[in-house]
Amino acid sequence: MSEQAMTGSSMPATNAGLPAVLRAVRLTKAFGGLVAVKEVDFEVKQGSITSLIGPNGAGKTTLFNVIAGLSEPTSGYIEFLGQRVVATPERGWLEPILWILPAGLAWLLTYLVGSVASPDVDVIQILVLTGLALLIATLITAVIRPAWYNRLLGALGIFKSARPNDMVQAGIGRTFQNIRLFANMTALENVLVGMHVQLKASPLDAVLRTPKQRREEASSTDEARRLLRYVGLRRDDELARNLPYGDQRRLEIARALATKPKLLLLDEPTAGMNPSETDLMMALFGRIRKEMNLPILLIEHDMRVVMGISDSVTVLDHGEKISEGTPADVRADARVIEAYLGKGAI
Amino acid sequence: MSTPATPTPKRPAAKRPQGLRLGQTATGRFFGRHQSFSIIVAMSIVTAVLPLIVLAPGIKSFGTQNDFVDGFAQAGVWVLLAIGLNIVVGLAGLLDLGYAAFFAIGAYTYAYGASPFSHNHVAFWLMLLVGAAVAATAGLLLGAPTLRLRGDYLAIVTLGFGEIVPVVFRNSDTYTNGTNGITALYQPSLPQQGPLFFLPSLSFMPNFASWVPNLPGMPKFGLFAGSFGFGNPWPYYLTVAAIIALTMILAYRLQDSRLGRAWMAIREDELAAASMGINTVTTKLLAFALGASTSGLAGVYLSSKLSIVSPTQFGFTVSFTVLAMVVLGGMGNIWGVAAGAFVIYEIQSQGLKQLNLLWYHQANAPSFHLPIVNIDLSTVNFLDYQYLLYGLALVSMMLLRPEGLFPSRRRRAELHDIEDAGASNQELVEA
Repeated sequence: MSEQAMTGSSMPATNAGLPAVLRAVRLTKAFGGLVAVKEVDFEVKQGSITSLIGPNGAGKTTLFNVIAGLSEPTSGYIEFLGQRVVATPERGWLEPILWILPAGLAWLLTYLVGSVASPDVDVIQILVLTGLALLIATLITAVIRPAWYNRLLGALGIFKSARPNDMVQAGIGRTFQNIRLFANMTALENVLVGMHVQLKASPLDAVLRTPKQRREEASSTDEARRLLRYVGLRRDDELARNLPYGDQRRLEIARALATKPKLLLLDEPTAGMNPSETDLMMALFGRIRKEMNLPILLIEHDMRVVMGISDSVTVLDHGEKISEGTPADVRADARVIEAYLGKGAI
Repeated sequence: MSTPATPTPKRPAAKRPQGLRLGQTATGRFFGRHQSFSIIVAMSIVTAVLPLIVLAPGIKSFGTQNDFVDGFAQAGVWVLLAIGLNIVVGLAGLLDLGYAAFFAIGAYTYAYGASPFSHNHVAFWLMLLVGAAVAATAGLLLGAPTLRLRGDYLAIVTLGFGEIVPVVFRNSDTYTNGTNGITALYQPSLPQQGPLFFLPSLSFMPNFASWVPNLPGMPKFGLFAGSFGFGNPWPYYLTVAAIIALTMILAYRLQDSRLGRAWMAIREDELAAASMGINTVTTKLLAFALGASTSGLAGVYLSSKLSIVSPTQFGFTVSFTVLAMVVLGGMGNIWGVAAGAFVIYEIQSQGLKQLNLLWYHQANAPSFHLPIVNIDLSTVNFLDYQYLLYGLALVSMMLLRPEGLFPSRRRRAELHDIEDAGASNQELVEA
């Protein structure tokens, strides 16, 4: 988050015509026979706050986890900034061929050299070992899946669903329903971990303490402190688990903001808070949207929050989308009232 | 619409103003800023002071100063192993019970690189790098299939790997000489001339060895403490001290870097770490590889010192002992595990010998003559009770001081704040 973004221009009042940042298309996630999310379509528009609500067990968190790359969908896909990132894998059978290709070529060369030229034992040995080294290197690359490997797969028409860390790299920051801070790290360190993808210093830089690494450490520490102040935290060196509950929620948001997201996923950010803390939280979301122009996707049970800050609300029940629209529309929707209160309430 | 009832978590009572403030004092800031320099100075002082132990009163001499120095040189191996395992277990939180495998791989790499058996003779100094690299590759190979495992399951798989490697070395007779092991490994050599001792000696360089005065009680101190050999432990002792200092610097620098934070984050909560953009695969593999490379260094050094490698040297007891050293020393604290390893090794190898010397066949040793058994303490061989002592030490430590003898500040806070606060916020939230 740069200085400029923090003090940037304010949001337009309406965002009806804005492009979608995130789009879920016919997204289905089944756990065995249980269909947790069923054919859900929805989108988050640039600069808007979209809420995802529904009774307990409606599939909100499952949907969140699919978006964040934690689990692969059964069918359907997620598009983020126009790129299909999460979907069921395609042409996966091609990948193992890719793994043995370099080693296979080396061994083929060994065979050719052995049969054509005069067989020099040293050359043969070196070639065979080179093949083995290539095989190990390719397999480890495949396990690590660096960005260039993903691009290579894409070029070959192989699609693999993004992992959580790929989604962060793509620009999705998230918080968790039950706070998952790094409990035994300080508040500052938590935010620094959030900056992980922004930092470019390699382990070699760290070992040699290169000027690049030292500069980066210093600037990221400043940046982390600024983020902590931004969400309203002062105790940088406190262990995360010693922070009061409300501060832990704030720290989680600061940590998510540190990933420089283009979309922020918040899973019940005001759960367990009292009304005044909730108000402070809502003010923070408003500021984040306004000052950083950052779209937010929110799961929330507190209707005061949902109705107070959302631009658009999507209602899930039993894994299906039953309503969508502005808070006022959704509030008036008979199906929503039925889902929450039962048939007799209508 | 009704909001589902969320149990309001209990808030912790008024906050105690206490944080993890590191490097807030003037000395703390100095050592924080000049860490590598501090490590070199500290290691130099330790290296210089340790051999003076023979002058201490009350130490029964069962040998010469050389015997003590030889013991210290041997202890250095364990210090190295503990520093390496600390990266895997203490920082990244991956319980590795097969650590001896990488030790074996390092040792056999040296045996293959410098022994009459293999007809190769590569310089020891180069083999240190090769051994570390080979062990790191083995670490990657072990790490890759175990990435999805954690806790007990990871421990079981690494335990299996630790058992497999010595068996492979024992059974591949053609390459490792089987159960007999490879003997008569070349010992390191150090050309007496020139600071670039690993290069062929340059004749125009002055003979630095002649410049170093002979200090009383310290034969030929300095880099030029004579040549490596069974009768002269000094060069080994100095070499291992230098390797330890270097490894410590690297470990500290990694720990304080982006990678170190990623390790800690994975230890704390792997899923949250992945959701913060950390590639958990790369991070864990790096922990395995770097831990293994330290073990490989120790293996190369030990095999060159003993001049023999055999599969029996690298059993489960090695993995277990190193783990016990890390836990006893204070997981996560580099100086702590190094000190823990040194203390434990010295107790088991020298301390017990000292006890034997004090007790054995002493007239005034107590003996109990009971109706059935005669317990005569004067005939007890304390060396036989080494593992009993381990067990006792571990159990009593878990009860009295679970964070280890020399814990890091973080670890101490981790284990003691919970008692103070009753339950952590984290647990309240998740309840």
